[in-house]
Amino acid sequence: MGQIILENVSKSFGDAEIIPGVDLEVGDGEFVVFVGPSGCGKSTLLRLIAGLEDISGGRILIDGQDGTRLPPARRGLSMVFQSYALYPHMTVYRNIAFPLRMAKVDREEIDRKVRDAARILNLTDYLDRRPGQLSGGQRQRVAIGRAIVRQPKAFLFDEPLSNLDAALRVNMRLEISELHHSLATTMIYVTHDQIEAMTMADKIVVLNRGRIEQVGSPLELYRHPRNLFVAGFIGSPRMNLVTGAEAERRQAVTIGIRPEHVQLSTESGAWSGTVGVAEHLGSDTLLHVEVPGIGQVTARADGEFPVRHGDKVFLTPESERIHRFDENGEAL
Amino acid sequence: MARAVTTQRKLVFTAIGWLIGILLFFPIFWTILTSFKTESEAIATPPSLLFFDWTLENYIEVNTRSDYLKHALNSVIIAFGSSLLGLLIAIPAAWSMAFSPSRHTKNVLMWMLSTKMLPPVGVLVPIYLLFRNTGLLDTLVGLVIVLMLINLPIIIWMLYTYFREIPGDILEAARMDGASLSREIVYILAPMATPGIASTLLLNIILAWNEAFWSLNLTAADAAPLTAFIASYSSPEGLFWAKLSAASTLAIAPILVLGWFSQKQLVRGLTFGAVK
Repeated sequence: MGQIILENVSKSFGDAEIIPGVDLEVGDGEFVVFVGPSGCGKSTLLRLIAGLEDISGGRILIDGQDGTRLPPARRGLSMVFQSYALYPHMTVYRNIAFPLRMAKVDREEIDRKVRDAARILNLTDYLDRRPGQLSGGQRQRVAIGRAIVRQPKAFLFDEPLSNLDAALRVNMRLEISELHHSLATTMIYVTHDQIEAMTMADKIVVLNRGRIEQVGSPLELYRHPRNLFVAGFIGSPRMNLVTGAEAERRQAVTIGIRPEHVQLSTESGAWSGTVGVAEHLGSDTLLHVEVPGIGQVTARADGEFPVRHGDKVFLTPESERIHRFDENGEAL
Repeated sequence: MARAVTTQRKLVFTAIGWLIGILLFFPIFWTILTSFKTESEAIATPPSLLFFDWTLENYIEVNTRSDYLKHALNSVIIAFGSSLLGLLIAIPAAWSMAFSPSRHTKNVLMWMLSTKMLPPVGVLVPIYLLFRNTGLLDTLVGLVIVLMLINLPIIIWMLYTYFREIPGDILEAARMDGASLSREIVYILAPMATPGIASTLLLNIILAWNEAFWSLNLTAADAAPLTAFIASYSSPEGLFWAKLSAASTLAIAPILVLGWFSQKQLVRGLTFGAVK
């Protein structure tokens, strides 16, 4: 149980229209990620679902029931905030117990559930500490503990990992994914980090200026971006976008080729260019190559590829992997 | 580059600090000293500093002439009553202005503050008549209400500033966790803002305790607090400095002690802002 349906949901602040009207269906147990650049309305959309903002138009159905006018507490959803939003004057135990206390659950039940959550999240040794005495990762786990303890219909995550350092972020990403597998509860996760989106999501919703650009599984979006925005946003490093004669030759206004779909050679190929920067990542080497008549092209080579700044290389795009776009930026 | 504070500079600042402190405290010190002198010694020139005949006769006389304890109790009721009542009204008001501001919030705050710019004597007659007609003259309830209203803008302003330091996320988290508005205030906001609320309370107790204008004009005997008790010693028969000093010492002693013990809390409250 945890199906969420948005029907033409819109939001304006005064005269400014933030979300012009969104239709979306989040299936029960799905892990849906809202992704998009800053200011695209992804957090606002999440807050509308949570009930922390009033919607200007449309309906939100939670498990088939109209939740549009329900206060946040009665929607049966839990939220994990970017800033963790722990209660600083309470111990970890009392932080996790808070939603249960508000729901007037009896004391023994609270104790059992809090200890269960603490065990799952490796927080048992920290139950008596205050949030101020915990590290960033531990605080985030407490925030998650507080969210899971009352068994909500769905979890809402608002950029939960952006305050953590890179190594911890990878760990927490895995932990949240594992949590999703073990709880099998609907999760809606907001991030601007497309790697998080790709690695965690069952379904990605790409947002741009309050509009949904595309909805689909990570691989669908990667393989078949519907337009230039999605093509440029999904995938790291970004897809190379080429306009001009090279595109026209393929009956398109713009063509796109991902760095990993460009064959590299030091001897022959379709395009030739000069290596500007070579980023050696160990497993891979990313080459930023200046190709005359085309512009800068990024290509991914294996880690052993022997080039340096200023070397001449040949590039060949894999023709079946080329994406073509029309004058409106829509995929052909 | 920040300049290191040298020992010499430290010494100079410490000396200046002490000098200002002593200057501010001197009138109180002199009042206390005078209260132990006889009336003739109190007005002697040159004044004697410590070498005089110490006497308690002023205190004895003050206590036989008037009921100190009754006035002190009135002061306590008025100061605590008006401050607590003020908090009760100001906490929700400051909450709404800090966390749910409208276009007019700033104007409302300025308007409230502007009421403090009006000389109280400007509204004395209407308030006096209002009190007379409602039977509130010379009652504790009346004085609690009027002092609460006088200090309400300050209470709301202080709380507003403290509340704004509390991240809105935390209150939203409480809302998601199922807390109603009242529980959100009781369980989350109030405990987090305790230093701020405590220092607001303390400051208002001190303000209400020291308030003289309304206490003198709206009370006679029954509800008269310590400020009216002191004033009764500057009588038409002439000034009795030693007795006046004894009465003043008795009046300021409780609040001085309270201030002394709560100074840490007061300073912490006034420099509040480290909840994040």
